Amino acid sequence: MTDTEKQTDSTSIELLSFRVGGQDYSVDIMSVREIRGSAKATSLPHAPFFVKGVINLRGTVLPIIDLAARLGLQTGEDTERNVIIVVDLGERTAGLMVDAVSDILAIPSEEMQPPPDLAADEARTFVSALTIVDGRMIRILDLEAVMPPQGEEVA
Amino acid sequence: MSDPMAEIRASFFIECEELLESLQDGLQLMDDGDTDPETINIVFRAVHSIKGGAGAFGLDDLVRFAHRFETAMDEVRAGRFHPDGEAIRLFFACADILGDLVRAARDDEQVDDAVTGPVLEKLDKLVGLEEEEEEVLDFTPATLSLDFGDGGGLPDLPDLPDLSALPAADPSEDTLPSLELPADMPAPVAEAAMESTAKGFTVHFKPENALYASGNEPLYLFRALRDLGDISVTCHCGDLPDLDQLDPDTGHLSWNLTVHTEEAEQAVREVFEFVDGLCVLEIKPLTGGGAMVAPAPAPALVVEQAVEIAAPEAAPLAAPQKPQVSTEAAPAPTPKPAPVAKLPVGSDDDTIDAAPKDEKTAPSVPAKATGTPTQPRATVRVDLERIDRLVNLVGELVINQAMLSQSVTEAGLPPNSPVSTGLEEFLQLTRDIQESVMMIRAQPIKSLFQRMGRIVRESSASVGKEVRLYTDGENTEVDKTVIERLADPLTHMIRNAVDHGLESTEKRLESGKSREGHVTLTAQHRSGRIVIEVSDDGAGINRERVKQKAIEKELIPADAQLSDSDIDNLLFLPGFSTAAEISNLSGRGVGMDVVKSSIQALGGRISITSHEGKGTTFSISLPLTLAVLDGMVVRVADETLVVPLNAILETLTLTDDDLKALGPETHVVQIRGGFVPLLDLGAELGYRKPQDSYVGGIVLLIGQEDGNRAALAVDAIEDQRQVVIKGLEGSYGRVPGIAAATILGDGQIALILDPTDLVGQASGRTRVRQPQQALVG
Repeated sequence: MTDTEKQTDSTSIELLSFRVGGQDYSVDIMSVREIRGSAKATSLPHAPFFVKGVINLRGTVLPIIDLAARLGLQTGEDTERNVIIVVDLGERTAGLMVDAVSDILAIPSEEMQPPPDLAADEARTFVSALTIVDGRMIRILDLEAVMPPQGEEVA
Repeated sequence: MSDPMAEIRASFFIECEELLESLQDGLQLMDDGDTDPETINIVFRAVHSIKGGAGAFGLDDLVRFAHRFETAMDEVRAGRFHPDGEAIRLFFACADILGDLVRAARDDEQVDDAVTGPVLEKLDKLVGLEEEEEEVLDFTPATLSLDFGDGGGLPDLPDLPDLSALPAADPSEDTLPSLELPADMPAPVAEAAMESTAKGFTVHFKPENALYASGNEPLYLFRALRDLGDISVTCHCGDLPDLDQLDPDTGHLSWNLTVHTEEAEQAVREVFEFVDGLCVLEIKPLTGGGAMVAPAPAPALVVEQAVEIAAPEAAPLAAPQKPQVSTEAAPAPTPKPAPVAKLPVGSDDDTIDAAPKDEKTAPSVPAKATGTPTQPRATVRVDLERIDRLVNLVGELVINQAMLSQSVTEAGLPPNSPVSTGLEEFLQLTRDIQESVMMIRAQPIKSLFQRMGRIVRESSASVGKEVRLYTDGENTEVDKTVIERLADPLTHMIRNAVDHGLESTEKRLESGKSREGHVTLTAQHRSGRIVIEVSDDGAGINRERVKQKAIEKELIPADAQLSDSDIDNLLFLPGFSTAAEISNLSGRGVGMDVVKSSIQALGGRISITSHEGKGTTFSISLPLTLAVLDGMVVRVADETLVVPLNAILETLTLTDDDLKALGPETHVVQIRGGFVPLLDLGAELGYRKPQDSYVGGIVLLIGQEDGNRAALAVDAIEDQRQVVIKGLEGSYGRVPGIAAATILGDGQIALILDPTDLVGQASGRTRVRQPQQALVG
């Protein structure tokens, strides 16, 4: 699953797709640093509801975002089978807790569509583009928006 | 500027810092009465090397200033000027400005001439030297810099011949008498020094093995000499032993050269500058045209002996005249001067003036042959980031090792099994590695102390007191970050000591003290911490006045009963300042409270001891490193937290008697007559609702910098240990009440509490003086 290597032409983008709260999402694979099993997070006081806490990722403190909660989706029970996708976003690194990782997709960039303006769902603001793969709609996550606000105190 | 050049530049500035440091050291020694020529040499060389390097990078301001400073130091070195206290103070000021200029050059800033001007004037007046702008110019061309044609000293060029003809201004003349020449020598030498402009010189040159060993080639020297004028060379091979006794690694040849040149002797001497001390060198003016070319064997022998005796002394003496690129300061560009040097060679006889002729000789001499042997300190410059990564990795290793031990124990292996013993050794090794890695980050505190020297000089000058700074333990090693973050508080404390601590000179004399006030700055290791003390021998804290002031400012009630140390600690209260009038030094609204909080931010403590009439001592105690922290591991609401040990005054178990209710949800703890607000740590952090009863619970008594205390209720105290600090700000952001995180032995992250912030958060909702906070779930 993770070691798939696909030939892509220059105009396509490789995405890592995963399931969270029963929906298909994906992120640009270039921002994914690693995928690891879930671990018990140390909860942070005064943290936003979607920040599960921090875990120890080989010596660095990694904040964990419960993506389902962040997107306002149905949060299932925490299980051992949850997966954490460690993403790099410029200077920051965070772990996204998801239900399962599905696939690596190469999507030509012209097949990406902006999300329609109609939806006023909370989750919509976190989606930067949409695409269709094998009849399933894949939402491309806006990582920047998902991250907890930084700089000011998150109280 | 290309990248490699930027790198060279960066390394030049790093070296400058080192040179400035040794400059300060040297001046300090001189100030302490050291008249060792070597000390003066160190000072001189430091200035000189900075000048040289600056020249190579075309940093004209720096060069100009360094040059004048160097000239003054040269006077001292030559023994023509004996600096008194006043002069050394001026030299210190020069060193400070030099430091400013270096930093300004590094950061591409401008330093106002108004700063350098007066000092330079004083400097020139002091040593009685006229401005010698010409020499500055010598540099510019040598520098590969492109601004040869502009501003600078070009208009002064015509003065150059005057200079060389003027015996008083020509330092070379002075170098000669100090050589212990045979009695009949000085006369012709002195005479020739004046006439030399029109004639030439004979040069006796006998290289020592070291000259060859350091990669010099006499041929290049001769070629450089040829650029000065016509030369004729005679080689002496009389010293050559028979072939069977010949050591191929030893040089046996010596040369006699005659140069016909218009140049001053200095120019000739400069050719040999880089082989100074590596050869026997005798330069004599040609008295009767070229007649003296063939050396009579007997006189030659005399000369040789004389010079050999004088050689060690001559070496440093000749050095000041090297206006060229200082290759020691900027090692990397040295390969480059060669092609550049050809430029003037090509245009040898046309319009280029004397000055370029001077400089072109230097680059053609191989670079590393700077005569003075510098004792190499084997050091490596490493990016701080790399060390931090190493520190992190080692921290990780420690954690991993703890986890491994745990699983070995869980596996039920007997303690004497090979695995356990091996693990034991592993543990030992890990600790050693951790300690060594921490040591890499440590630096001697010296650089900080030197900066304080400057603060003392400047602040004492501005309040008109005579102050001397004594330092001790400046080789004490402290974490680099601690040093950096200590600079501001320490500056403030030193200024305070000078401004408030010490009495005015008249008062000192009245009370029978020495005229000069003393400020002492010491550093030492004490039980795993570093203790820095700033003390003065002033009047001590005027407790009556402090108390009066505190009452005036309504910091304490008028009828407060305070012990001496309580009063002393009032100084740390925000908004407290005792200076009757605001001087331009301290009293800018930044008080000791800021000092105290910055020390505490470093995990340190500060305390005062003061004796009426004898002085005051501020004592700072700091952790050796910011990477680890002594903490108490506590549990609350199933979360593990670390509380910094230095914040905990005591721990106690609450009894019914201790606990007093104050309002519906608020409790205070009665401790020895005082009341302390009780905070439930779990509730404060939002982990749980406030408990109904805290009787039988454990509380940590937290002491804050403002003297307020608070009791934190926790569920259990688990351990007391050193933890490796991991910042949260980089990965997540600031969390109220939390200072950082750490990783415990089981691989779990535990948060490190920031008790001051936590209590501050709580008191933001209530008032500490009237504790009635509503504990929020």
